Amino acid sequence: MLKNYFKIALAVLKRRKFFTFISLFGISFTLTILMVATAFMDKILSPDYPDYKRIRSLYVSTMEYKNTKQGWMNRSDVSFYFFEHYVSTLKTVQKMAISSNAKASNAYVNNKKLVIEYKYTNADYWNVLEYRFLEGKAFQQREIDNAELVAVISEETKKAYFGDTKTVIGKYISADNINYRVIGVVENVSKTLYNFSGDMYLPYTISKDYKNIDLMGGYNAILLAKSEADVPKMKKEFDQMVKKLPLPKDFDKIYCNADPFFANITRRIAGDGSSNGLTKVVSIISLFTLLFLLLPTINLVNINITRIMERSSEIGVRKAFGASSKTLVYQFIVENLVLTFLGGVIGIILSVIVIHLINGANLISNMRLSMNFTVLFYSLIACIFFGLFSGVYPAWRMSKLNVVKALKAQ
Amino acid sequence: MIHLQNIEKVYRTDTVETLAINGINLDIAKGEFLSIMGPSGCGKSTLLNIMGLLDEPSKGNIEIDEQDISRFSDQKLAKFRNQKLGFIFQSYHLINDLRVLDNVELPLLYRTSSAKERKVLATAALEKVGLSNRLKHFPTQLSGGQRQRVAIARAIVGNPQIILADEPTGNLDSAMGNEIMEILINLNKNEGTTIVMVTHDESMAHKTHRLVRLFDGSQVQ
Repeated sequence: MLKNYFKIALAVLKRRKFFTFISLFGISFTLTILMVATAFMDKILSPDYPDYKRIRSLYVSTMEYKNTKQGWMNRSDVSFYFFEHYVSTLKTVQKMAISSNAKASNAYVNNKKLVIEYKYTNADYWNVLEYRFLEGKAFQQREIDNAELVAVISEETKKAYFGDTKTVIGKYISADNINYRVIGVVENVSKTLYNFSGDMYLPYTISKDYKNIDLMGGYNAILLAKSEADVPKMKKEFDQMVKKLPLPKDFDKIYCNADPFFANITRRIAGDGSSNGLTKVVSIISLFTLLFLLLPTINLVNINITRIMERSSEIGVRKAFGASSKTLVYQFIVENLVLTFLGGVIGIILSVIVIHLINGANLISNMRLSMNFTVLFYSLIACIFFGLFSGVYPAWRMSKLNVVKALKAQ
Repeated sequence: MIHLQNIEKVYRTDTVETLAINGINLDIAKGEFLSIMGPSGCGKSTLLNIMGLLDEPSKGNIEIDEQDISRFSDQKLAKFRNQKLGFIFQSYHLINDLRVLDNVELPLLYRTSSAKERKVLATAALEKVGLSNRLKHFPTQLSGGQRQRVAIARAIVGNPQIILADEPTGNLDSAMGNEIMEILINLNKNEGTTIVMVTHDESMAHKTHRLVRLFDGSQVQ
């Protein structure tokens, strides 16, 4: 029976080429956008270079003060002092990677201005994160203690600043008129991982603000637990420590959270001290995706109704010879799935091309999107969504057709 | 075989009520070849559709093969049609996207038969109507007479006890019409199939066992 359905599905597709084109275009275009968006999300959300230990990590990046009576609120990044003075005392934190926000400095190469984004980090930053060193190594506690002017630079900076020089270890890079000795070169990090990407990494002891005794500042950190099982304990211990923090003047509440990776992002986008914004962001993304899928689906529903009603004589004949409404619904859904899977295959081919073009154009610095099983899995789900939702209603409507009227319609 | 009791069919719109069939009582015996005649719009096709369970009467009872079908569900009606009834239409109603063999196999799709069985039965049915050399053709590649023979093959492939034919020769010239009529008469004679045929053609009607005439929805003969 399925073979018969496939035969007729292909015949119908060939019969009305314009309708087929519109349907396939709608499906494949929508799927392409979805697949590229999924590849982008996957790039952000899945453990990626150099942050591979997410399962054992919690991320701290915001500090919030509140005056609940007056409704005042103050929100900022976190100070180095907070991490060093409070978080480092927690027993469940095995290691802590502290880094500052990116700051920009100017360097001049052959009279051309080069903007270098740099970050201050501690020594454990290089142990928690797994940067791949192309040459040299990271700075250690000794260089930090001595506040040495040493730098780890990215491959991109090496090329932009030093050109095709084979090795740059021991050479000096000048940014904002300060000379830093290069001691390591790391592979580039995608700009989407804004906490870890940078052109140059420096010891925090040469920064001006690390000594500020304040809870708010310009730093963030990754807290690494010994194992995945220890993460909830680490969170609990962190929360208890935050409760004991001294209240700043004019405020009656302090919020600071150690969140998993995605919740840390959503808290910044849509959350606040008391809510991580995860539900809000997921709901908005789901709603947007649903609406985005709904438009081509409605279009497909309309085309399908027209297509199916053209075949009312066939429906009448099938019913006369023993097809029940249920069987007909099944047939038309199978036909629609054939169409959507065809659109899906075209969509996948288009996605591969688009992703290749995006990577080639380097739209987001050092971001390399890829088609992987996660992306393919979600694409398959989207295909089934299209196939079922755009097929069920027309099929149901058609299956209710009166046989005599259906036969007369020819 | 078919027992119609006080059948009425009324078509209603917002303003008009049309009585298409008015209290028809009819018994058709097993193996009988009956023809129904009457002027256009007298209710012949409506009556045939009611007998074929394609349309519901507004009033009255239908029994086919001693079964009261008035309480059948959609699923059960579909199964009943599939096993007991075969249809032949004036405009053939073949599926142009499918080859002749696939068209004839259609009623068997709704049974539990294998693809191989379906092919054997469909080929045999096409042989009976003299079209075994057209299995791979599409309906649009055939003449009117050949298409109607394919439609007959489709009607008989499931070996139904009853065939309902709505003006099967209506679209054909007299030679082709006679050929089709010959096939139906042989089917009735050799297989014992009960046939009910709606026709406008007196000469065709006279070749059947019994003639029923309708006028304005009522039986007049």
